[in-house]
Amino acid sequence: MLGLNKKDTTLLIIVAFMALCAPFILNPFPEGSSMAQMFNAGYPDLMQRFVIFGILVIGFNILFGLTGYLSFGHAAFLGIGSYSAVWMFKLIGMNVIPAILLSMVVSGVFALLIGYVSLRRSGIYFSILTLAFAQMCYNLAYSVLGNPASSYNLTNGETGLQLSLNDPRILDGAASSEGSLPVTNFFGVAMRDSVQLEIGSWLFTFNAGYYLCALIMLISFYVSIRIFRSPFGLMLRAVKSNQQRMNYTGLNTKPYTLAAFVISGIYAGLAGGLLSSMDPLAGAERMHWTASGEIVIMAILGGVGTLIGPIVGAGFNEYFKNILSKINDSVLHQWLSFLPDGLEDAIVGVLHFFVGKGWHLSLGVLFMVVIIFLPGGLVEGGQRVSRLFRRNKTSDDADNASHSTPAE
Amino acid sequence: MSNSKFTRRGLLKTSTLAGAGLALPTIFTGASAHAFTNDPTGGSVTLGFNVPQTGPYADEGADELRAYELAVEHLNGGGDGGMMNTFSSKALDGTGILGKKVEYVTGDTQTKSDAARASAKSMIEKDGAIMITGGSSSGVAVAVQGLCQEAGVIFMAGLTHSNDTTGKDKKANGFRHFFNGYMSGAALAPVLESLYGKDRNAYHLTADYTWGWTQEESIKASTEALGWNTVNAVRTPLAATDFSSYIAPVLNSGADVLVLNHYGGNMVNSLTNAVQFGLRDKQVNGKNFEIVVPLYSRLMAKGAGENVKGIHGSTNWHWSLQDEASKAFVKSFGTKYGFPPSQAAHTVYCQTLLYADAVTRAGSFAPCAVAEALEGFEFDGLGNGATLYRAEDHQCFKDVLVVRGKENPTSEFDLLEVVEVTPAAQVTYPADHPMFAGGSLGSCNNGA
Amino acid sequence: MDAILLQILNGLDKGSAYALIALGLTLIFGTLGVVNFAHGALFMIGAFCAVTLSKILNASYEVIDETKADFLGNPLKVKLTYVESWFGPETGAAIIDWAVPLAILFSIPIMIAIGFIMERGLIKHFYKRPHADQILVTFGLAIVLQEVIKAIYGANPIPTGAPAVFRGSFDFGVLLGYEANAIIYPYWRMVYFAFSALIIGGVFAFLQFTTFGMVVRAGMADRETVELLGINIDRRFTIMFGVAAAVAGLAGVMYAPINSPNYHMGMDFLVLSFVVVVVGGMGSLPGAVLAGFMLGILESFASMNEVKNIFPGIDQIIIYLVAIIIILTRPRGLMGRKGVMED
Repeated sequence: MLGLNKKDTTLLIIVAFMALCAPFILNPFPEGSSMAQMFNAGYPDLMQRFVIFGILVIGFNILFGLTGYLSFGHAAFLGIGSYSAVWMFKLIGMNVIPAILLSMVVSGVFALLIGYVSLRRSGIYFSILTLAFAQMCYNLAYSVLGNPASSYNLTNGETGLQLSLNDPRILDGAASSEGSLPVTNFFGVAMRDSVQLEIGSWLFTFNAGYYLCALIMLISFYVSIRIFRSPFGLMLRAVKSNQQRMNYTGLNTKPYTLAAFVISGIYAGLAGGLLSSMDPLAGAERMHWTASGEIVIMAILGGVGTLIGPIVGAGFNEYFKNILSKINDSVLHQWLSFLPDGLEDAIVGVLHFFVGKGWHLSLGVLFMVVIIFLPGGLVEGGQRVSRLFRRNKTSDDADNASHSTPAE
Repeated sequence: MSNSKFTRRGLLKTSTLAGAGLALPTIFTGASAHAFTNDPTGGSVTLGFNVPQTGPYADEGADELRAYELAVEHLNGGGDGGMMNTFSSKALDGTGILGKKVEYVTGDTQTKSDAARASAKSMIEKDGAIMITGGSSSGVAVAVQGLCQEAGVIFMAGLTHSNDTTGKDKKANGFRHFFNGYMSGAALAPVLESLYGKDRNAYHLTADYTWGWTQEESIKASTEALGWNTVNAVRTPLAATDFSSYIAPVLNSGADVLVLNHYGGNMVNSLTNAVQFGLRDKQVNGKNFEIVVPLYSRLMAKGAGENVKGIHGSTNWHWSLQDEASKAFVKSFGTKYGFPPSQAAHTVYCQTLLYADAVTRAGSFAPCAVAEALEGFEFDGLGNGATLYRAEDHQCFKDVLVVRGKENPTSEFDLLEVVEVTPAAQVTYPADHPMFAGGSLGSCNNGA
Repeated sequence: MDAILLQILNGLDKGSAYALIALGLTLIFGTLGVVNFAHGALFMIGAFCAVTLSKILNASYEVIDETKADFLGNPLKVKLTYVESWFGPETGAAIIDWAVPLAILFSIPIMIAIGFIMERGLIKHFYKRPHADQILVTFGLAIVLQEVIKAIYGANPIPTGAPAVFRGSFDFGVLLGYEANAIIYPYWRMVYFAFSALIIGGVFAFLQFTTFGMVVRAGMADRETVELLGINIDRRFTIMFGVAAAVAGLAGVMYAPINSPNYHMGMDFLVLSFVVVVVGGMGSLPGAVLAGFMLGILESFASMNEVKNIFPGIDQIIIYLVAIIIILTRPRGLMGRKGVMED
């Protein structure tokens, strides 16, 4: 189907099904239960983040997973895409399509420039070049380019670029200077509109913005499968395994790696544009080196070079980030209230360091555990588990069971 | 969060045909079944406390969280009532808000606009928070205020000192109790004049981001009005940790006062560096060289240690104030946690009480009704004297403290001493003051 | 001219910190082939060794002073330190005053132990893994270490002063014939510079003039041959990891009085020191030191008002800009070897 082989088609269908049913899958606990308060993730903002960061990491994986070039400045393209989209909302109108297109174009141009320069070096020298470019973008966006008093205020500094009542918005017509800000929409469908469905004590939210992002994520995922399976993808893998040999055969690898870099930059810009479309504020922190590091972490957590890995990694990271930081001591006490008092206090006392203000610690420990024990990321974990089941079912077709296809 | 099984959606269950999950769902768009976003329907109401729990302001955030917990306890009738007893409005009676038990959710702003908005969104979308409050930086406050305006909930700003929060970026759904850069300048200027005279040359070091710029502008304006000359104003990167290369040229520039428009870690480091360079032992133009830190906080003073001794600045509130309200607050906070509250804790406690009081007086949780109750509200008994929540820009006008780093602290908390309480009238400015121009409140948004 | 001299002094000082961290990073990379993202955390832990020692020395018991009141109106509990009561007020105060220099002795065994534990317990298992995995696992470790420190000491910076004799600043200008106050420089920063020059010299001398150092250098150049000669190079490399940790730790201890230590100071230095290492050339010790001082001085120059007026914001990006230019003009940094970390 769609020019994919059977296995990839199955994978695409599974991902499409998961994306479609995410509001159900992510809200396993009935509304109002104490588990729901913390573990349910089926609210629009987080669902949007899942798929948007999925897109970002899918794109990063095209570069890192296929060519082995580790870009440590990918967050810059995310930020550039976000800023472009918000500017589009400010100047043109609140429809998300032009904003998303512009963010892809602008970040593509930046990726072309930065990639052209950075790809002159390889290995860690390449990583540091991309890092340096990204940090320059971040620092300038935070200060010089963001000073409201200057005439070149492109980013609005620390606060982040946001809409204001007196923006021109040529297509929508300037909204009245009194009243509320207009909302981002897709030909009239507001991104924040949701439909809620109640079944028994469960409540499921279907958000317009989420479904737009999910659709775009599926398209990006499909494109990424096609790239992985194309001669172009094969060429990129050849670059990864031995670039020198490629060069000796008289083949110039640079156009291929540059194309991969630009494609992954466009993916990041698309993700940035979508972030802004869901919530029209673009902050400079999106470009900070820790944000770039987070992209690398998500890719490796999921499984580098696998098709599904990026989505898994992005989902895992975003989920734990959101959930862990919101747990506080009183929540812990509530969960553990069935225990005897002394024991309860002791356990809460220990867990206290891992939740709320200590969520970085939990995340750090989780990263280390995954990286130490699952070199192939979570996907490898999934494969191990499924292989275990396969063996029990005495099937020898272990390969088919895996949700993924490692690149190497 | 409590053991209660009721949430805002709790009652929805009953409205559904409980046909064992049969396909007869109630479908509605947005929350149009309600008059406004997150209308609390059960026996409880959820507030969202969005504070920095990680990053450089984590300690300040932790202190804010303590104050919020204390405020919730008092609102629900627990503890000794704190400032509820001294508050001039007597609408609150310790039975929650409008009879609903107050619950809360917490989140981490990370002092990043993006993360703060994501956290606030999750509170609004998932936990059904009716009001968002907190934060320890102006960028975050402005970003979250914008979000609350769009989502249709009330935002009660925490520690945010930039003029923009109630100036260029003011919003109808956002309210600020904390003072701002202009007020710091207006309060400090007369004190500086009496201490250092009219003929001074000031050198500004300014953190290169929104808050730094507005504070620099404010302090420059008010000191230049005294007759001071501004020799130079240098922007320093927010990420800078070592300020030596910015401080070294100061002495040779002919300046005799150094103004540090820095906050948090920046201020701790720049002040430490300035003292290291021996600036305070020097004589320039025949006068003692002086350092001024316009915005002070006790936590920062603690970080800078001995370097703060004798350095002047302004602050929103300090625990050593001797009015009944401050004493009541310090007592109930100190009894619960064992140390006195910071100004951040004070302002968020006040904000929570002010919100609860406004809801009670309005008789409704609807943001527009609450906003109306807060606008133009005059009150007393929250530690800052008589205060006005001005309707035009949602800024509180109250006394501002000028403080000085104490020479002989008696304890690790006793770092600042109040030099002067500048009356509110002196720091009041017209709503259309140029430093606050360029924005408009817009109309209040009930959401849904 | 005096302004330039002043910024060179500043740059040397900034450069010392960069150079020391980069030196340790390169030691680890050159010997073990591991990219250690937890190196900034080691620097931070060093600074907290100073904090810890000063807390230990300030350990105190409480005496109730009825004449004063605390913030709740109860009688004030006055804290008296054990050190002062044991050694008498004057000697005791002097010991407390010298906490930071004393912490040098205190920190060396701690840092070496931390280095050993890190290498044997974690990093050993990552020699054969891709560099990206090494980066991530050490980055995870860095997060864990800094969160542990935060859980113990809080997020607020903790002031840790230099001994009283080193407070204040020295007027170089008068010495050079400029007017007073033209070139002043704090004593402690001069101590820091001298100290780091000493450490850097020490590390080079150790590698150059001792048998142990010779073996390590041989191992860096050709590990397999050295192993064939029957030398247990792994053990020596482990020791070098401990040395590198100690270098980072000492850099941190002495940095404590310059800026109050906080839990994220390691992360603040991490990226910059990586840039320094790469600009110097991966695996080159002299390159790391040279690049450290060079970038420190350039950063100081970029923060001069005269420069900033021409190029606004240049001080925010100078290091990255220089890094890009150098990597593009010199493919392997200033003094890097061919084939190191280029795949």
